[in-house]
Amino acid sequence: MIQLRRWKVVLVVLATLFGIVFTLPNLLPASVTQSWPAILSQKLNLGLDLQGGSYLLLEVDTAALQKETLNNLVEDVRRDLQTAQIPFTGLAVANGAVGVRITDPSQAPAAYNTLAKLAQPLPGAATGRDLTVTRSDQIITLTPVPEAQKAAAAKAVDQSIEIVRRRIDQLGTREPTIVRQGADRIVVQAPGESDPERLKRVIGQTAKLTFQMLDETVPPDQVAAGRIPPQDELLDQPNTPSEPKVLVQRRVLVSGDQLVTAGASFDQYNRPVVSFRFNGVGARRFGDATTQNVKRRFAIVLDGKVLSAPVINEPITGGSGQISGNFTTESANDLALLLRAGALPAPLKVEEQRTVGAELGADSVRAGAFSLGIGAVAIFIFIILAYGLFGVFAAIALVVNVLMLVATLTATQATLTLPGIAGLILTLAVAVDANVLIYERMRDEAREGRPPLMALDNGYRRAMVSIFDANVTTLISAVIMFSLGAGPVKGFAWTLGVGVLTSLFTALLITQVLIGWWFKATRPKQLPI
Amino acid sequence: MRWPLIRFLPSHTHFDFVKWAPFAAVLSTLCIVGSIFSFVTHGLNLGIDFAGGTMIEVVTPGAAPLAALRTDLLQIGVHDPQVQGFGAPNSALLRFKPAENVSAVDSVALVRQRLSARVPGIQFKSITVVGPKVSGELFRSGFIALAIAIGLMLLYIWFRFQLQFGFGAVVAIAHDIFLTIGVLSVLQIEFSMTSIAALLTVIGYSMNEKVITFDRLRENLGKYRKTPLREVINLSENERLSRTMITGTTAILALVGALFLGGPALFPLVFTMVFGIIIGTYSSIYVALPVILLWGVNRDAGEAAPLKSATQRP
Repeated sequence: MIQLRRWKVVLVVLATLFGIVFTLPNLLPASVTQSWPAILSQKLNLGLDLQGGSYLLLEVDTAALQKETLNNLVEDVRRDLQTAQIPFTGLAVANGAVGVRITDPSQAPAAYNTLAKLAQPLPGAATGRDLTVTRSDQIITLTPVPEAQKAAAAKAVDQSIEIVRRRIDQLGTREPTIVRQGADRIVVQAPGESDPERLKRVIGQTAKLTFQMLDETVPPDQVAAGRIPPQDELLDQPNTPSEPKVLVQRRVLVSGDQLVTAGASFDQYNRPVVSFRFNGVGARRFGDATTQNVKRRFAIVLDGKVLSAPVINEPITGGSGQISGNFTTESANDLALLLRAGALPAPLKVEEQRTVGAELGADSVRAGAFSLGIGAVAIFIFIILAYGLFGVFAAIALVVNVLMLVATLTATQATLTLPGIAGLILTLAVAVDANVLIYERMRDEAREGRPPLMALDNGYRRAMVSIFDANVTTLISAVIMFSLGAGPVKGFAWTLGVGVLTSLFTALLITQVLIGWWFKATRPKQLPI
Repeated sequence: MRWPLIRFLPSHTHFDFVKWAPFAAVLSTLCIVGSIFSFVTHGLNLGIDFAGGTMIEVVTPGAAPLAALRTDLLQIGVHDPQVQGFGAPNSALLRFKPAENVSAVDSVALVRQRLSARVPGIQFKSITVVGPKVSGELFRSGFIALAIAIGLMLLYIWFRFQLQFGFGAVVAIAHDIFLTIGVLSVLQIEFSMTSIAALLTVIGYSMNEKVITFDRLRENLGKYRKTPLREVINLSENERLSRTMITGTTAILALVGALFLGGPALFPLVFTMVFGIIIGTYSSIYVALPVILLWGVNRDAGEAAPLKSATQRP
């Protein structure tokens, strides 16, 4: 074994070169590595806890999405039955379905035929409809099919990711990563963003903008008594203390998805406003609505709250307009950004947030590097004191081990976290164990009077079993942590796992090659161990 | 000229390890009972990952006014506000849960705004918010990871050694987990997601020790077929002692730097690892081996096949 095979030497030299080449960029300033090819100038991918930044785990509120689907369905049923001139009562959502009672039993079959047309083919499926419409006598029930709900939720998550990405890009956040996690979650990582309040404000808003007419036909005392017609809704108007609530028609004239552009500007009184422009369809609809309703009021509704409810002085046919609503310059900018990026299909909830200031990150890097340095030096001194020359070989192997480990982490662009650094230190300690096992065997063999070459050989061969078994157990825990652990633990596990492999390589092969060279050169009669 | 090699021990030691096993058993049992008692009465100091809530690390211009910060939090109206020093005297860690009907996001924004007004120059170094849903999931996945890892390692031991060895390892690992959880509970060191990683590492290291212990025992059982088990265990441990000392000392030396200089964020993780290394070394000798001694080993049927390279004698 100790006879030097050429492949062993070549492998050791290659591995060492790999370690040096990929570790080097981490030690050099960026100005030096800039001109290098991309693959060679990569640096360690530091976790957010080390470089500072924000991690947000968002959940798409699919329950709200289903609720909205049902509410829309109610409006569809109302519209269709009114168009077909079929009288009805008790139109409401109950138990995840929409129910309606047809007043005249003889019209029930016709009503059923009308409402059955609401069911659309299931997207992405050959057969099936997204609604089941059933009738028992005068009662007609419309139930969304679970598959359709699931598909809608999945689509909503996809759309949300897209919209969140557009919004964050417009904020100018540096290199954000936005990925899906599980069925209905989105992970946003923004390195360097240590004040995520604006980020969260921008992400957390649905930004559903609608234009709806006010219902001014209902006397205020009726509204105060809670007698609200079914086609109307009472909405808050938070910016106008003189009129905290307004009654608006549920029917939407135009919605935010018809906008082509939006921007912050100032009105004639120099107050911040959001100006917008509709696309062709939106402009026509808005023009028609304003032409028919001159001198009446309409409401600009954002996420269920009225921003403002101006009077239509004259028809607005140009397709552009302004929204006022007690904005500051920043909030006008934010709203314009949200309108440009589009509305979220469902609200997003922040389930988890981890923000680390850049300064704290730098402190952690310093503390981690310092601990690593102290740990390594302690190991070097101790192992050299314990095994002399062979200890030096083990220390050299350890240096190559660190190089290979850092190089692998750099090359794979795996995230190094603060716990990962602790994993790294432990890896070094355990790596030394392999050499300790080998050297102790050699001592035993030498003590039993075996000639040096045989003692060396047996040392490696007989320690192998223990080393192999011991490392398999560590590898098991690393794999489990990696596949089941969350964020910081994953980084720790990856470091530990890669560390086991590089340790095995360096502790076995590198020391072997070094001892082989030494043996060839000196031909000792006795092992210095 | 010879290097003055450190020898901790004479080249041949003859400690009677097994003689102390009954005392060790009593000690271990007492410690386990104490750990369980502390776990039941004090519980673990669950970190935000598992308990949910909001944690903010702040740095103030002068010494951190801990009491004033607590009063401020109370006035802002959050639930269970806790304020503690964190590393340096001008650092503090605020923990609280949002008031009812207030989203965690809004409550963080409110706290930031109010504290900035009341303590001029305050800096927010890190903010962590974990919702109740996520904390439950993290807790579950953490423990599932722990259970699966232990199960797989035991399966491996069972596959590579005799059943008795596997059982000895189970008892020893259980012992290690109880004591580690116990010490975390007694000292009220924060238990978070990284503590699960630390526990897994402790178990990994301990398993490592057991494998090395069993390996040597198995080898000697083959070599000295007529010697009583008790003496083979003593012999194996004496042969292994030098390695145990060197590796254990190296591992602890390597981590001591991180323990004291790694900062408060790293302390719970490194502390758990250092404790685990000590306890794992102890439990190999005084838990796993005595269990095997009590059960006895099947010495005629031979061992489960070791790796080929081990059986080849030169």
